[in-house]
Amino acid sequence: MNRILKKRVLAPAVKLIEVENPFIAAKAEPGQFVILRVYEKGERIPLTISDYDREKGTLTIVFQEIGKTTTLLGRLEEGDRILDLVGPLGKPTNLENLQRVVVIGGGLGTALVLSQVKEMHKKGTRVDCIIGARNKDLIILEEEISPYCENLYIATDDGSRGHKGFVTDVLKKLLDEGNRYDRAIAVGPLIMMKVVSNLTRQYGLPTVVSMNPIMVDGTGMCGCCRLTVGGETKFACVDGPEFDGHLVDFDEVIKRTGMYREEEKLAMELLQRSLEGGL
Amino acid sequence: MAESKRKPNLAKTKVPMPEQDPQARVKNFEEVALGYTPAQAVEEAKRCLRCKEPHCIDGCPVNVQIPEFIRLIEEERFVEAYHKILEMNNLPAICGRVCPQENQCEKLCLRGEKGEPVAIGRLERFAADYAASLPENGGKPAVRDSQPKGRVAVIGSGPAGLTCAADLAKAGYRVTVFEAFHTPGGVLVYGIPEFRLPKSIVQREIENVKSLGVDIQTNMVIGKVLSIDELFAQGYDAVFIGTGAGLPDFLRIPGENLNGVMSANEFLTRVNLMKGYRFPEYDTPVKVGRRVAVVGGGNVAMDAARCALRLGAEKVYIVYRRSEEEMPARREEVHHAKEEGIEFRLLTNPVRILGDDAGWVRGMECVCMELGEPDASGRRKPLCKPGSEHIVDVETVIMALGTTPNPLIARTTPGLELTRFGGIVADEATGQTSREGVFAGGDIVTGAATVILAMGAGKKAAKAIDEYVTAKRQG
Ligand SMILES: Cc1cc2nc3c(=O)[nH]c(=O)nc-3n(C[C@H](O)[C@H](O)[C@H](O)COP(=O)(O)OP(=O)(O)OC[C@H]3O[C@@H](n4cnc5c(N)ncnc54)[C@H](O)[C@@H]3O)c2cc1C
Ligand SMILES: Cc1cc2nc3c(=O)[nH]c(=O)nc-3n(C[C@H](O)[C@H](O)[C@H](O)COP(=O)(O)OP(=O)(O)OC[C@H]3O[C@@H](n4cnc5c(N)ncnc54)[C@H](O)[C@@H]3O)c2cc1C
Ligand code: SF4
Ligand code: SF4
Ligand code: FES
Repeated sequence: MNRILKKRVLAPAVKLIEVENPFIAAKAEPGQFVILRVYEKGERIPLTISDYDREKGTLTIVFQEIGKTTTLLGRLEEGDRILDLVGPLGKPTNLENLQRVVVIGGGLGTALVLSQVKEMHKKGTRVDCIIGARNKDLIILEEEISPYCENLYIATDDGSRGHKGFVTDVLKKLLDEGNRYDRAIAVGPLIMMKVVSNLTRQYGLPTVVSMNPIMVDGTGMCGCCRLTVGGETKFACVDGPEFDGHLVDFDEVIKRTGMYREEEKLAMELLQRSLEGGL
Repeated sequence: MAESKRKPNLAKTKVPMPEQDPQARVKNFEEVALGYTPAQAVEEAKRCLRCKEPHCIDGCPVNVQIPEFIRLIEEERFVEAYHKILEMNNLPAICGRVCPQENQCEKLCLRGEKGEPVAIGRLERFAADYAASLPENGGKPAVRDSQPKGRVAVIGSGPAGLTCAADLAKAGYRVTVFEAFHTPGGVLVYGIPEFRLPKSIVQREIENVKSLGVDIQTNMVIGKVLSIDELFAQGYDAVFIGTGAGLPDFLRIPGENLNGVMSANEFLTRVNLMKGYRFPEYDTPVKVGRRVAVVGGGNVAMDAARCALRLGAEKVYIVYRRSEEEMPARREEVHHAKEEGIEFRLLTNPVRILGDDAGWVRGMECVCMELGEPDASGRRKPLCKPGSEHIVDVETVIMALGTTPNPLIARTTPGLELTRFGGIVADEATGQTSREGVFAGGDIVTGAATVILAMGAGKKAAKAIDEYVTAKRQG
């Protein structure tokens, strides 16, 4: 169990792993996540189930190395085991009765919406997809996702691929051109989801965002992941992670995710020092 | 020893428990109470009158044969004393430390009528620790290898689940325990702090349960990864639900989502389960400000306050809306907290938490309360004194207000009857729920209670499950 069967580097510091866990694979649905721990002294971190294969009993996880835990995870190789892996957690995305949907994936977001896009395609929903990244090298999984999209648009901050600018520019253009969608699904950095939600609010387009607050248990017992949605406190791990983007208090979530910045920096520095020392 | 020659120790008070000095212990997470030496244990054991009708046993939810094990201690047959306790109690080193003995066995002890009762809990702890200090735990309990009488799934590895599993294994069942966390033990590992209950001791008692043949599968959230119906489909004959009351309550006052406000569950999980007090050696951070307010008056509040102190807070307040008399915490815990310098702000209720521009707590607005008529719980109802608003200067607020059951299982198990507060309805004597073959016990049934009551429920359910499965297999 929890053995890494396949590992791919998708972009600098972005890795994909396929992990064996038939229990979770049998139950996973689009939009759900796992919590894992890499080693005995490690932290529990949540990562989205990007894809799953019930027959093979595997899950695909795509992650960005941004701190100690994700860096340690990135150092595991094929054949290694992940110490603890629990899931599937959170509510699955509701993808029923959708005619046409626009999906916006920022940065890593593309990986995180893959299973949703696949599922919608299976259900006959028409999907337009907008992928954004800082530059062309950071665009990931384009080939994997494109067969399931009617249209695929790309935006890069530096213009090295597709539209030069933000995903919201492309979205606004599509909406202004008269494209009509039942729903927008936005997954990516908090600031991107906030800007998308502000835009779609003006167009009255219902928008689902996937929130990534700090978590500990992922089963509703700590309240660390709480956020304000429409004036009410919700726990992202059990009530979400997906919420109505027009109701989420993004500024609060952004402040809360920075709560342990100093400690995260210290942990990363110590890790880097020990990795360098070990070379 | 002949009865005639025996001279009971007639001292009115218990042999005192050696403890770490308060000044020293607030700087470490090591155990506060150090345990009796063999000589102290024998001395205390001599206080037992070996009553013909020992009422102490009636006060113990798992019916430990108290006078018998105490006699063995007096006779310096410490390992035998341990095995005597083990007959009824699978987690003696834990119970000896955290049972609220003053409300259980010791409450009914005859010696308590004039002076202090016999220190039953401390003696139980002594016997278990003594056995653990020997190679092989003083001899492992025997494992049966005959054909199992059936298969039982136990959900949750807190004291209720562990006790049920151990008793069923002893009765000849193949038992699998499913636990959501990466470490078994429930509140014993994520809630109760190291300085009251060292995690190595919990681990040791769990190893003993495993050595009975119980299989513990961690990282399995039942209701998500498998449902109860799927467990039956996999061939389990019965299911025991011991999932505790894990969901934290908040006050629902403005400012509660500021950085620096946490539930006691989050704070204690970071500190205990994730060993945040050893950050950065362990990766999970935990932060306390210079000044910390813990809101609540139960054991959980005392534990959170004492942890905050040990993490370096200069000032820690307990903010509680009633008076000390109504506090649900054990007296001993309140006493320890006071000794360590925790300040009690009683008859005080928070109304708002104030934040700075970056979203961090900078203070908590409170009002003073006075006590009115008794309410439904029989405690006098606190009423707000108008014009008494004031600000307590703190950077961290920990909410220790109580917990409710996790609905994950209830939502995915059709036909399971629930109480108003979301607990599972179960027969008190057997743990039988509204679903055939499904039993429940511990905090999931009673709401947040105690380790020993959860264990008692696990024990009764194990007996009822044995009867149920035996009857089913025969019929
Ligand atoms: C439901 C959910 C799904 C997610 N899916 C993915 C995914 O598929 N791929 C991916 O790369 N990332 C995902 N994340 C974010 C991922 O959990 C964080 O990147 C990871 O925890 C960082 O850990 P670290 O130790 O490497 O970095 P750190 O240096 O510890 O933290 C970097 C940043 O990550 C966030 N973070 C830190 N600890 C936690 C924690 N325990 N829980 C959540 N966030 C934390 C904080 O915002 C922090 O500032 C998801 C988060 C959530 C809540
Ligand atoms: C901080 C604190 C201090 C306390 N101090 C004392 C004390 O000094 N003395 C005392 O007697 N009592 C004390 N208590 C209360 C006591 O710990 C509880 O009453 C007791 O642990 C309840 O036992 P339980 O087995 O019912 O549940 P728990 O101990 O809560 O265990 C339940 C287990 O089930 C797991 N679980 C939950 N849902 C699922 C699921 N869906 N699938 C799989 N697993 C699941 C949980 O992760 C957990 O491990 C304290 C409680 C706290 C929080
Ligand atoms: S288990 Fe608890 S209640 Fe029973 S004898 Fe031991 S200390 Fe007393
Ligand atoms: S009631 Fe007290 S004195 Fe009597 S047997 Fe029990 S422990 Fe001993
Ligand atoms: S992560 Fe603990 S409640 Fe959501």
